[in-house]
Amino acid sequence: MKNIRNFCVIAHIDHGKSTLSDRLLEYTKTISARDMKEQTLDDMDLERERGITIKSHAIQMKYVHADGQVYTFNMIDTPGHVDFSYEVSRSIAACEGALLLVDASQGIQAQTISNLYLAIEHDLEIIPIVNKIDMESAMVDEVSDQIIDLIGCKREEIILASGRTGKGVPDLLDAIVNRIPAPKGDPEAPLQALIFDSIFNSFRGVIASIRIMNGTLRQGDRVRFMNTGKEYSADEVGILQLSNVPKTELLTGDVGYVITGIKISKEIKVGDTITKVENPSPEAIKGFEDVKPMVFAGIFPLDNDDFEDLRDSLEKLQLNDASLVFEPESSAALGFGFRCGFLGMLHLEIVQERLAREFNQDVITTIPNVSYIAYTKRGEQLTVRNPADLPDPTVLDYVEEPYIQAQVITKPEYIGSIMTLCMEKRGLLAKQHYLTENRVELLFEIPLAEIVFDFYDRLKSISRGYASFDYSPIGYRQSELVRLDIKLNAENVDALSALVHRDKAEPFGRKICKKLKDLLPRQQFVIAIQAAIGAKIIARETISAMRKDVTAKCYGGDISRKRKLLEKQKEGKKRMRQFGKIEVPQKAFLDVLKLD
Amino acid sequence: MPGIYLHIPFCKQACHYCNFHFSTSLKQKDALLEAMLRELEWRREELKGEEVQTIYLGGGTPSLLDESELRRLFDTIYKWYPVAPDAEVTLEANPDDLTAAKLQVLRHTPVNRLSIGVQSFAEADLRLMNRAHNAVEARTCIEQALAAGFSNLTVDLIYGSPTTSDAQWETNVRTLTELGIPHLSCYCLTVEPKTALDFFVQKGKTPPVDEEQASRQFEMLMDIMEAEGYEHYEISNFARPGFYSRHNASYWQGVTYLGIGPSAHSFDGRQRKWNVANNAKYIKSLLSIAPPTEISILEGDLFEKETLTAAQRYNEYVMISLRTSWGCRLDVIRALGPRFEQLFLKGIRDFILQDAVQQEGEVFRLTRPGKLIADRIAMELFEV
Repeated sequence: MKNIRNFCVIAHIDHGKSTLSDRLLEYTKTISARDMKEQTLDDMDLERERGITIKSHAIQMKYVHADGQVYTFNMIDTPGHVDFSYEVSRSIAACEGALLLVDASQGIQAQTISNLYLAIEHDLEIIPIVNKIDMESAMVDEVSDQIIDLIGCKREEIILASGRTGKGVPDLLDAIVNRIPAPKGDPEAPLQALIFDSIFNSFRGVIASIRIMNGTLRQGDRVRFMNTGKEYSADEVGILQLSNVPKTELLTGDVGYVITGIKISKEIKVGDTITKVENPSPEAIKGFEDVKPMVFAGIFPLDNDDFEDLRDSLEKLQLNDASLVFEPESSAALGFGFRCGFLGMLHLEIVQERLAREFNQDVITTIPNVSYIAYTKRGEQLTVRNPADLPDPTVLDYVEEPYIQAQVITKPEYIGSIMTLCMEKRGLLAKQHYLTENRVELLFEIPLAEIVFDFYDRLKSISRGYASFDYSPIGYRQSELVRLDIKLNAENVDALSALVHRDKAEPFGRKICKKLKDLLPRQQFVIAIQAAIGAKIIARETISAMRKDVTAKCYGGDISRKRKLLEKQKEGKKRMRQFGKIEVPQKAFLDVLKLD
Repeated sequence: MPGIYLHIPFCKQACHYCNFHFSTSLKQKDALLEAMLRELEWRREELKGEEVQTIYLGGGTPSLLDESELRRLFDTIYKWYPVAPDAEVTLEANPDDLTAAKLQVLRHTPVNRLSIGVQSFAEADLRLMNRAHNAVEARTCIEQALAAGFSNLTVDLIYGSPTTSDAQWETNVRTLTELGIPHLSCYCLTVEPKTALDFFVQKGKTPPVDEEQASRQFEMLMDIMEAEGYEHYEISNFARPGFYSRHNASYWQGVTYLGIGPSAHSFDGRQRKWNVANNAKYIKSLLSIAPPTEISILEGDLFEKETLTAAQRYNEYVMISLRTSWGCRLDVIRALGPRFEQLFLKGIRDFILQDAVQQEGEVFRLTRPGKLIADRIAMELFEV
C-alpha cells in the first residue's frame, strides 16, 4: 500500500490535460509512443470533438523511482462540467492527490476552481503544474503567482512542464511519489470499496470502477452494494490499464474494477459502497447521493413508427448512462415519445447527440423544463414535469419550483455584471466574500429553471470565462408560474408549451414567436404564430403567404438539377410535422430553443 | 428526332445573376473548339444515324464565335450527322455582338433562328445584371436582325429585378410584341447561390427579389401575351402559332439529345450524361487520347452519367410536362408503373380542388394560379 499513489487531474479544457496524461503513460511505459493515439483517455468521439471529458476514466501505471522501488500510480481523469460535479466529487473521494494543471499562457481559469476546492475539501495533496511553458506566449511567473495566491503553496513546489516536449515530466513523477501520501486504510477492516464510475460492456455487463478504502476484495467474494442493498458475486476483479487486467484480489488502497454480472446500469450507482456479505462494514462511505435529474424534456421520434426503436435506443444508452431516466409520454402534436430526465443541459445535448450518432435516431426535443410541484385548491400535490400536466387555473392553487444555491467564484471586476445576470434570472444574492484579494465568492439563490437555459454560457461570456459555477438544490419555493402556449393558426402546439415566470412570459413569448417566424417555411396561406397564457394572446407574428415559386428555366441540364432539388425538398418534407395544415420542420423544434 | 446542343463556354463579361458554366478568358477558345470537334466526331454513334432535327448553340455566348469557327463547327456537324433539310438551327446571341457585319456572317451559316439575350430595355436593369450591352443596343440589334432577314427570332427578358418597375416591364414586353418578335422567353430574376448577385443580396447592396412584384409581373406578362395572341406553351416561353422552339420542346417531350462541350447534358430516353463543367479538364481529356478510341473510357474525366430509375423518370415527367401546354398525361404515367398512377392521382386531387390544376380526361394542366406554383405542385407529386 505504501507504494500506491492515487490521484486525479484538475484542469480547464485545452490546458493540456490529455497530452500531459499521454506523456505520463509514455514515461511509465504503460503505453509505447507508437501505440499512442492522440489523447488516449478521452475515448468517446464526442469527448474528443468537444474537448471535454464526460465520463471518468482511470488508468494504472507502474513507475520505477530513483529509490529503486516500483510505485503504482492510479490516475483518474474527471469530467469538467457542472452537470457532472457529483461524479467529480466521487472521483476526488477515491484519491489522495490531485494534479492542478494550468496553461502557462492562459492562467487559471475559473472552471478549474470549483473542482480544486472540492479536492481541497477532501484533503487532497495538490501538485500544481504550469503546463505548456514552451509556448511563446507563456507567462510562467504570472501564472505561478496566481497559483500561489490560490492555494498558498511555495513557488518551488510548482512544477514547470510541457506535455508537448515532455519537459518537467520526470519532476512530476518524483513529486507524485514524494508528495502525494500513500493511501490510508485498514487492510484488516471489513471491505469498503467506493464506486466512482461505471461503464457498460455488451459482453460483460456493467463494469464498476472502484477504490478499495478498507479491506480486501477477492474474485468470487459475495458482495453487497450498501445503498441499493443488492447482493452479487464478484465474478472478476482487476486493475485498469489500457484494457482491464484481471487479478485475484484488490487490496486496500488499490484502484481497479469489479464485474458482478449486473446488466442494468441503474443497479450500480456512483458513490455507492461495496462491502462483503460476510463480515460487512457497519457503515457506507460518506457522500453518496442518489443523482436526480434536474432537467426534463420530451424526446419524440421524427416518425411515429420509430417509437419502439427509440425506446430500444434509450434503453441501450441508459446502460452506460445511469443518470438518464425516461418514461413514455404522449403529445397531441408529436404523438408518442418519452419524457426524459437529465443532469443538466449539457447532458441533454449529449444524449441527443449520442442518439443521433450511435443509434441513428432522429428526434424532436421539446422545450426543457424542471420539475415543479403543483398544489390544487383541494389540497392535492402533483409533480409536474411536463407543462401539459399543469392543472387548469380553475383548480390550481399555487405552484412551487425548485431553487438552487449557486456558487460563483470570480474576479472582483466581474461582480457587477454577474449580479445583473443573476438578478435578471430572478436570483437573490445571499452572500459575498473575498477568498483572496483577487477572487470573490458570490452565493445566489436562484430558481433552477433560470439556469437551465443559457445561464452558464452567459456567465462564461460576461466573465470572459473567469467565473466558476456550481450549484446545489435548496428545496422548493412558491412562485408565480404560468403556462405559455404557442399556437399556429390558433392550434396549440403542446410540444412548444413552457412554464415560465409571469413577469417573463411576455418577453419569452415574443422571442419564441419571432424565432418561429424565421424557422417556419412559408406556405400558400398566412400563418399566425401566437403566444398565449390561457386565452390571452401576449405575442404574435405573421408569416405571409407564398405567392410564387421560383419557376426558373428548365432546359437540357436544368432538368436533372431541378429534379434533384425538388426531390430534396420532398425528402425534407418527410421530416416535417403537420399541425393542421401547417408543416413544421424538425429543425424548428431544435432551433427554437436557441433564443439568443 | 434527335437534337444537338453545343455549349460555347465563353463570355465577354460575367452577368451578375448567371450560374451557367462559362469563362471570361478567351485564351483557350481554339483548343476548346478543337476538343468540341473531336467530341462531335467521336460521339456520333450515340444518335444512331437518326436525322438531326434541331441544333442549338448555347452558352456562354456563342455569338463570340467568328466566321471560320462557326464554319468549322457546322462542317463537322454536317460531316458526321445527317441533318434534316428543315432543321431548326438556333444561335444564342448577345446584343453587343449582333453587328450588321456579324449578322451577315450568320446569314451564311445554317443558323436560321436567333435567341437574343436582351433581358431589358432599361439601363438600370442592365447595369444591375452587369450585361455587356446598353439599352440602345438592345433595340437596334433586334431591328438589324430583322433587317438582315432573321424572322425566326426569340428574345429573353428578365422580370422581378428590383430595378424593374411594372411600367418598365410592360414597356419591355410591348416593345417586343410591337416589333413582331414571334417568340419570347421570360424568366424571373433568380438569385442563384454563389453568384455575384447572391453576394450583393447577402451584403444588402441589392434588395432581394420581391415576390409580390415578381408574381405581379408574371401575371402582367401572361395578360399581355394572351391578348397579343401568343401561346403560353411552357411556363417561361410564349410563341406565336408555329414558332415554338422545336429544340427546347424536345427537352420537354423526352426526345433524345446530344450535348457537346463542357457542362453540356445529353439524354437518350433513359440515361442522362453530363460533361465536366471545366474548360481545362474538358480540353485535356478529349485531346489526351487519339481516335479511334471508345469515348466511354473518358467516363469520370470527361463526363458522368446516370441511368434514371422509374421513379426518377416519373418525377421528371411530372415536373416537365406540367410546365407545358401539352400537360401531364395519365397514360404516360401509367406506362411507368401502376404505383405512379395512384400516387399522382392521390396528390393531384388537392391541386384540382384548389383550382391550380385542370383535368381534361386523362390530361392535367396547370391553371393560371397553378402556374405560379408549378415547382411546389411537382414536388408534392414526386416519389422519393
